[in-house]
Amino acid sequence: MTDKPRISEEVLLKVDSISLSFGGVRALSDVSFDIRKGEIRAIIGPNGAGKSSMLNCINGFYHPQEGRITYKGRERQRMLPYEAARQSIARTFQNIALFKGMSTLDNIMTGRLLKMRRGLFWQALRVGPAAREEIEHRAKVEEIIEFLQIQAVRKMPVGRLPYGLQKRVELGRALAAEPDLLLLDEPMAGMNVEEKEDMCRFILDVNEQFGTTIALIEHDMGVVMDLSDRVVVLEYGRKIADGTPDEVRADQRVIDAYLGVQRVE
Amino acid sequence: MFYRENGQFKTSYAADQAIFPILLDRIAIMAILLVAFLVVPLVATQYVYTGILIPFLILALATIGLNLLTGYCGQVSLGTGAFMAVGAYAAYNLVLRLPGMNLLVAFALAGGISALVGVLFGLPSLRIKGFYLAVATLAAQFFIDWVFIRIKWFTNYATNATAPELLLFGLPLDSAMRRYLVTLAIVVVMALIAKNLVRGATGRAWMAVRDMDIAAEIIGIRLLRTKLIAFAVSSFYCGVAGALWGFMHLGAWEPLTFDVNRSFQVLFMVIIGGVGSILGSFLGAAFIFAVPILINQVPAALGVPISTALSSHLEAMIFGAMIIFFLIVEPHGFARLWQLGKEKLRLWPLPH
Repeated sequence: MTDKPRISEEVLLKVDSISLSFGGVRALSDVSFDIRKGEIRAIIGPNGAGKSSMLNCINGFYHPQEGRITYKGRERQRMLPYEAARQSIARTFQNIALFKGMSTLDNIMTGRLLKMRRGLFWQALRVGPAAREEIEHRAKVEEIIEFLQIQAVRKMPVGRLPYGLQKRVELGRALAAEPDLLLLDEPMAGMNVEEKEDMCRFILDVNEQFGTTIALIEHDMGVVMDLSDRVVVLEYGRKIADGTPDEVRADQRVIDAYLGVQRVE
Repeated sequence: MFYRENGQFKTSYAADQAIFPILLDRIAIMAILLVAFLVVPLVATQYVYTGILIPFLILALATIGLNLLTGYCGQVSLGTGAFMAVGAYAAYNLVLRLPGMNLLVAFALAGGISALVGVLFGLPSLRIKGFYLAVATLAAQFFIDWVFIRIKWFTNYATNATAPELLLFGLPLDSAMRRYLVTLAIVVVMALIAKNLVRGATGRAWMAVRDMDIAAEIIGIRLLRTKLIAFAVSSFYCGVAGALWGFMHLGAWEPLTFDVNRSFQVLFMVIIGGVGSILGSFLGAAFIFAVPILINQVPAALGVPISTALSSHLEAMIFGAMIIFFLIVEPHGFARLWQLGKEKLRLWPLPH
């Protein structure tokens, strides 16, 4: 998996010595790494290492006190989540954040809200351009529904779906925005082996078919090593390793972080 | 058995997204509209118009308004009465001070003014949610009550505001039947628009904010803007309903017509009818309207007339019990029961 031709050297997102703290708790200190266009980049580390905080910084939930984030060649100032969405960054959450009262179809349709242009008056009348727009987006959403194989639950309220399917719908909603950068926060948490395999397949397909750059957090080491092109390892808010899966696996500090260090008295 | 969608295959997204995708629904709606527009005028009496149909339609419109805000966007409001009052007094002043204004234009502008006031009182919704927002809108209710009682300019220095003679395109609305038909037409058009809004991009944005605001923000929804649009549209509906209540139903009204009791009445209609349902708005309004009438009429018809005091106590008890029942058993109200019934009918009489 290491030398796929589709990965360019072009850097999509660069994180430069980010530090983030909440009061006295330092969640991230001096973390730097980059995400290249077209790659699958994994962020791993033990619990509390600051992985989710890292994603939250990237999509504007948290504002790091120090450091710079450069996205698409432009250094960005404080940015709110909806602005990140406007710049084509989509994400999923560790504990599913779907709109429970809405159907699968409507949930994924919300992913396309930013692409819908017709104003309130056209929507109110729902004739001509507004009706056509609705159908165009429906067609796009149906492509995603087919891609994720959730046709059967299209009209069901997502609150009634099993966990694994909800995860898929959430991925679908993120994909509906046709993002340039897709952030996945533990896409396989709590799944059985079969569901994990399905999800891996979807992630690889998204990356290959749509050329979407993906940054993902995952705990399952097997999955991480198989999926990702490069891995960054965090521990206690610091970066301890960065490189291809093979390099990272061989890194002594990573082994220590995951297996513990034997202290010789 | 007869009501089912089996065998009704859609071959286009347009057909699947139609406002009433099921054939029998379309037939039923057409039948109801035909009866409402053609049959009712042939048979209804003065009492049926002024005592039942006109107030029912207007309150259904206000219920749709509140449902857009509370049921779809998740912002609880106890200020419905206030927004209705703004609409009523705005229409009153528009007609009073700009004579010759078309009645429909006056209603639309009154709705617009009410929408602006709604946006103003919706501003706190960025920071406060749920119970606290409800209290903030309650403050709006009391403030606006105070304004119309104390600032005499709004009521033209009289205690009661009196609607002028109603003319629509030169046609005097002097009979209850004509007022009913105009009200019906306005309510039907506005209900259709509400349905279009909630099944389009705006409605999905509202529901996204209602169900999980953090995730809504992540997919690019601006929370404040979305909530304020909900406040504006909702208040527009309530404002038009208020103007209709004053002009078409009462003819003359005092500020207390639109006090906090009105807000609660409409909120109960939302809860009993169905939170987040346009159909439910009609069902809730119909129910709250039907119960007092039934309590008055049924015992008398059975030969056991009851006193008015008893009937009003009974009314309060039944409403109270129903609201508690629905909050516990079926928070989505009659609309949800109707939907469940439909799902059962799909398989009936051979469930598997």
